[in-house]
Amino acid sequence: MSTASPITSPSPSRRPSTRPINPGDRLFRRVLMGLSGVVVAVLALIAIYLAKLSWPAIHEFGLGFFWTTDWDPVKEHFGAGAFIFGTLVSSFFALALAVPLSIAVGLFLTELAPPRAAAVVGFMVEMLAAIPSVVYGLWGIFFLAPLLRLYVQPFLGRHFGWLFLFQGPPYGIGMLAAGLILAIMVTPTITAICREVFRAVPNTQREAALGLGATKWEMIRLAVVKSSWSGVFGAGILGLGRALGETMAVTMLIGNRNEISTSLFSPGQTMASVIANEYAEAGSNIHVAALAYVGLALFVVSFAVNHLARRIVKRLEMGGTR
Amino acid sequence: MTFQDVYAKLDARRTIVNRLMLGLLGLASLVAILPLVFVLYYVVHRGIQGLNLSFFTQLPKPVGETGGGLGNAVLGTLVLVGLGSAVGVPIGIASGVFLSEFKRSRFAPWLRSAVELLAGVPSIILGIFAYAVLVVPLHGFSAAAGALALAIILIPTVAKTTEEVLKLVPDHIREAGLGLGLPRWKVILRIVVYGSRSGILTGVMLGVARISGESAPLLFTALNSQYWPRGLLAPISSLPVQIYTYAISPFDDWTQLAWTGSMVLVLFVLVANLLMRAILGGKKA
Repeated sequence: MSTASPITSPSPSRRPSTRPINPGDRLFRRVLMGLSGVVVAVLALIAIYLAKLSWPAIHEFGLGFFWTTDWDPVKEHFGAGAFIFGTLVSSFFALALAVPLSIAVGLFLTELAPPRAAAVVGFMVEMLAAIPSVVYGLWGIFFLAPLLRLYVQPFLGRHFGWLFLFQGPPYGIGMLAAGLILAIMVTPTITAICREVFRAVPNTQREAALGLGATKWEMIRLAVVKSSWSGVFGAGILGLGRALGETMAVTMLIGNRNEISTSLFSPGQTMASVIANEYAEAGSNIHVAALAYVGLALFVVSFAVNHLARRIVKRLEMGGTR
Repeated sequence: MTFQDVYAKLDARRTIVNRLMLGLLGLASLVAILPLVFVLYYVVHRGIQGLNLSFFTQLPKPVGETGGGLGNAVLGTLVLVGLGSAVGVPIGIASGVFLSEFKRSRFAPWLRSAVELLAGVPSIILGIFAYAVLVVPLHGFSAAAGALALAIILIPTVAKTTEEVLKLVPDHIREAGLGLGLPRWKVILRIVVYGSRSGILTGVMLGVARISGESAPLLFTALNSQYWPRGLLAPISSLPVQIYTYAISPFDDWTQLAWTGSMVLVLFVLVANLLMRAILGGKKA
């Protein structure tokens, strides 16, 4: 292995460990690389095909597509502003609920719960991620939306109606329902990362806080939470990545109306839901292209968001092994 | 007031805050698992009412006629998932093996990024991709296009679990094999992969469970169909898409089918996850 002696390693520029010598090894490695090369290729092809499919819309509407809100398949004029608004509002509303909840669950699982309880609760939270999206949608239509319409929205409207968020008639279906279901769906993702992050905090820090006379909560606040903010941020970004692209449950609950409203009670539309709703029935080429353009934007955004989250979490993992 | 009094007051406050916050953390955990309980309860409660043999063997009846089932959707899901797995599983396992066994290769970081980024691509985008690749050139919605989308969703899941499982194999096992003079491919296939087959298999099952619940990428690739599957180049029905269609329909018979379909899907997913737990057990914390 030593590069100092030219006799034992005749070509020191080669990296010795990964070069297969045996012909079987070489073949095996090539087969593996061929198969896994498909993964890299697919990622590139997705970008290329999306761009190709949406080219007519890119050409026609340019970047203005993203801030005009006029979506009219009959007049063949398209702007995705309302969907971008809907995606941002529903995602950030979901995060506003899911992030604090996930932090609390993560702390409960790592700091408080006895191992067996932690295993059960942890498993149940993970199962939230396993339920198919369309089942959440079905449940949302028949359980969550009526609950919101009959109880939650009238209550919010009566007591907080002065706030722009809670105005208008209670439909049940709308931004509020979509955001709630999204919050449920991204909680397991965020909780999983929060758990990792809290677990990576060295025990010496906890002991130091307790040794100074801190109560358990003070220890959690000072020793665990305070040193985990960047990790929690990464977890939130990862949750954002999931929320942005979540389709079916949102499509079934958001009400599918192409308009911008400041109230959480009113129906809306997201980038993913407009694709789900209109793609199969899109009549004209330009309509398909406009939907693909929305898809391309969603792809680029979720790509960037996931990349960012990955970098934050990765830097953390490296720091955690100190 | 003496110092002691001040401290006592402060301590009392701190104790109360401590109890309150710890209680809140517990309460939050309860709130987080509540939706799961509600969803499971409703799905089973409503779904079981429509569970009978004809659900699996009959076609859906038109509006107005009672009875009927989602036999075509169940079969369609099996076809789509089977086909998607046939494509996605080998690629996923190969990627996982490469990531675990050739991690020092120059290609490995690229592959790792690709796998992780692919896992983050919204599934509906993969539907558009499959549409562009198969529906547009073939001039029609098809089971093949749906299966392609599902295969791509499956790849990162399988690759990740395969890598995780193979990482659990200690290096000295590989070294023992190499020390016996076995070529590396034999060590990897016959010792590392073979020894981890149950873990890899459960990873595959988890991925399969996940894609059987996917509906977004099927909406405009496999579309939907009122009939039994008619080949790979025709539209095909699937449970999730059928649930979606019937969930937003106003007819009680149809919503009943949607609930029963949901129950079948959810039970399958739960069983797959429980099995994963049972087989991997304590190995994966």
